[in-house]
Amino acid sequence: MNVGVIVFPGSNCDRDMFHVLSDVFHMTPQYCWHDKPLPENLDAVVLPGGFSYGDRLRAGVIAAHSPIIQDVKKIAEKGIPILGVCNGFQILVESGLLPGVLLKNDSLNFMCEWTNLTVENNKTPFTNKFELNEKIPIPIANGDGRYFVDDETLKQLERKNQIVFKYDQVVNGSSNQIAGVCNEDGNVVGMMPHPERAAEPEINPHDNKPSSLIFESLLKKIGANN
Amino acid sequence: MSLEPHELEELKLKIGRDPTSTELQIVAAEWSEHCSYKSSKKHLKILPMDGPLVINEKGYDSGVLDVGDGYVVTAHIESHNHPSAVEPYGGAATGVGGVIRDILSAGTRPIALLDGLRFGDIEKDQHAKWLFKNAVKGVADYGNCLGIPTVGGEVEFDECYADYAMVDVAAIGFGKKENLIKNHAKKGDLVVLMGGATGRDGIGGSQFASDSLESENRSAVQIPDPFIEKLIIEAILEARNEKLIHAMKDLGGGGLSCAVSETADALDIGIEMDVDNVHTRESDMHSDEIMVSESQERMLIITDSVKLVKFQDICNKFRIECSVIGHVTFDNKMHVKKDGKTIANISTDVVANATLLDLPSKKPEYLENIEDKKSFPPLSDYSEVMLKLLASPNIASKIWVYGQYDHEVGIRTVVKPGYDASVLRLDNGKFLSIKIDGNPKQCYVNPREGAIGCFEEACRNVVCTGAKPIGMLDHLQFGNPRDPEIFWTFLESLNGLTDFAKDFEIPCIGGKVSLYNETPKGSIKPTPVIGVIGLIDKKPLRVQKINTDDCLIMIGNTKDELGGSEYSEYIHKFIGGKCPAVDFSESKKNMNAVLELIETELIKSAHDCSKGGLAVAVSELCMTNLIGCTVSLDDVPGDKMDADKILFSESHSRYLVTFERKNLQNLEELLKKHNVSFKTIGGFGGESIRFTDNSKSLIDLSVDKAQKTWLNSLKEMVMHA
Repeated sequence: MNVGVIVFPGSNCDRDMFHVLSDVFHMTPQYCWHDKPLPENLDAVVLPGGFSYGDRLRAGVIAAHSPIIQDVKKIAEKGIPILGVCNGFQILVESGLLPGVLLKNDSLNFMCEWTNLTVENNKTPFTNKFELNEKIPIPIANGDGRYFVDDETLKQLERKNQIVFKYDQVVNGSSNQIAGVCNEDGNVVGMMPHPERAAEPEINPHDNKPSSLIFESLLKKIGANN
Repeated sequence: MSLEPHELEELKLKIGRDPTSTELQIVAAEWSEHCSYKSSKKHLKILPMDGPLVINEKGYDSGVLDVGDGYVVTAHIESHNHPSAVEPYGGAATGVGGVIRDILSAGTRPIALLDGLRFGDIEKDQHAKWLFKNAVKGVADYGNCLGIPTVGGEVEFDECYADYAMVDVAAIGFGKKENLIKNHAKKGDLVVLMGGATGRDGIGGSQFASDSLESENRSAVQIPDPFIEKLIIEAILEARNEKLIHAMKDLGGGGLSCAVSETADALDIGIEMDVDNVHTRESDMHSDEIMVSESQERMLIITDSVKLVKFQDICNKFRIECSVIGHVTFDNKMHVKKDGKTIANISTDVVANATLLDLPSKKPEYLENIEDKKSFPPLSDYSEVMLKLLASPNIASKIWVYGQYDHEVGIRTVVKPGYDASVLRLDNGKFLSIKIDGNPKQCYVNPREGAIGCFEEACRNVVCTGAKPIGMLDHLQFGNPRDPEIFWTFLESLNGLTDFAKDFEIPCIGGKVSLYNETPKGSIKPTPVIGVIGLIDKKPLRVQKINTDDCLIMIGNTKDELGGSEYSEYIHKFIGGKCPAVDFSESKKNMNAVLELIETELIKSAHDCSKGGLAVAVSELCMTNLIGCTVSLDDVPGDKMDADKILFSESHSRYLVTFERKNLQNLEELLKKHNVSFKTIGGFGGESIRFTDNSKSLIDLSVDKAQKTWLNSLKEMVMHA
């Protein structure tokens, strides 16, 4: 199970994601540097969090124009599972792979805190082991985490079942409390909270099992494909 | 920004001629208090620096501890007070950047930050509020961007910091022992400058920081760029893995002058360099400016010509500039050229070793009667006073601050901010516990006992997580050392810390002295900040939720020690009274007892008593667990005293331990064996924080109300500017 972890200059959750994929869930991750072509044997791709290009211009926008994103778009079309976390989500949005935009939190501050998500779509490669409405205790850590879409798009997202996670209360002012969305095919998922920070009991003061299901869902999906 | 006349004479004598203008700039930077420690260095030698876990290597800017299984932890503390007082965002951010590069210099990856922030009275002073808000943002933006978690710290407000800012940052690194950079160099090795371009920011920064703050010298403040720092970290660690680095030093105070002369002096070599080879931000920079610029995010690397090629490849990968600026010689001289001509050629020993001073000291007059005991008029409403304390800026929850810091990145943070000390997991299955503490209010009333108190408090905090203290960082911050009274307080604090460190066998693994912390309004109070690093071999105490019917044991005696307490100063506006003093033997017994209690796994949490005393410590347990508690003051170990003294005295060596009632007997037996002073003082349940005295209710405060006040107070103070 080969998982590409894409590293941009300024990515800073790449090593955390790598650790969780390899040491906790026994997948075979590999780092993919932004200016190299994406390897061809990948079963899934993760865009980890961080501050690619120091958030210059706008979070995620410079990374979205990296050569490797063209490859990501190609494999997205093939239906390969792609997960963007935090800055990775911002990059997916900026590259047009996911709808919407991520704005400054309504507190105007960087926010690092534990929140609860509810699962709104359990059909994606990263949520197939959840019950609908299942709760996930998980931390957020971002300054521009407020997901925004216009009303028209919001209706469309709801109709096409593209809302994957919602916060169970108002956290940062995001549209409809959305925390994560997917593309129309469901194989590309972006989320602001950090599942890699919540999947081990040692560092999760609440319950690590729900976040683990995000990775176990991927294992199930890839296992089924292989 | 130059040498004093007698220093100039001394320099002429040492080099046997008039110095060139570049030499003057180099020496002035390096002989500044900031770089040379000339006032303090003689005295700092008394601190114990060795221990079984301490690894000493030449030329390190951080302390190194062996944590077993082939791993090391590095640690360092720095301040950026003067720059932060002028430009809090950039000053605080570059303070973070500087200390991180010290950790990186040893060849270890920075894994955690702690920050100690101090400002004037934010309830009244709009400027203090502005400084506070922006310094927090500076620390947050820099650390968050790097992906290094800020896992702990402290924030304090006191009128002595009016128009000023104290920004202390401690950094922790982790790595394999075999990857430590063993600084060495041989003739012909190349000297490489990598990282950000050298610009006109931070010119004369180290001299600026070595004088009282009287003018806003903005050009002396450095400009932060965390993105470049992040690239440098990854590039350096990659080069370290490939063994491409012979020696390394970060550029901080004094810029190139300091890095080149100190590296050469530490390695007993000479360095010849050409300023034309330095990559600069502007084309018309004067060579003197290039030599003393304190532009950030730069590292000095020594390597050889074969490894250089690979090193440049790594820099290219990360798109970081690097320039070969010179080479290693063996004449122990720092030789600087421009356009092929020599502009400085001076012995590194002269540059790097300013003549140390032996300044006079004298006990300050204000200390004569300051510790006279003081009783306050009886309080009419204890609950109201209690609520006022919980809302006070020094006691209110600091969640508004640490909520802006990414404290989870790196996925090591086992115990998060908001508890006694933060705990990080290490790759060898052990855990590291860290805390920094300062207490200028107590240090002002008694510089010796106050400093010891900071040290013991930091120890108590790590002990409460189950860790044994293995190393200490000291940051000694005072006013103008030329004032004998101020210098006396420096020596007293240092002596106190030394005595405690020796008695408890906790080596000082690193530190910093920051002097001239003054504004036209006067000097700051003595502000030593102590960091303690603790190691947990098996597992940390993971705080469990307190439930109804759980019990509370108090360990340690409460004494009549209200001097420098929040109660005296915030409620009664009184500075003075008996300063809490640490009884070394009691302290040691209590620490060992608490560590053993944690090992038994019979307790739910351990919490130390500090700011605000017993009353605040009990309230914190209630507020974080949303449960009430009833405590009988008659049962509190210690002398019989007025109720306010029992509630609010900040005596040291005290711990609150919570546990299920069924474990009461076992715990009591264990504590008896340790021969410590302790008693079960209360039990949990209900919805209010209650203290009784002689069976009469003294405090009865709703937990819900207390918690909301405590959590929101600081945020409201900042937001309603």
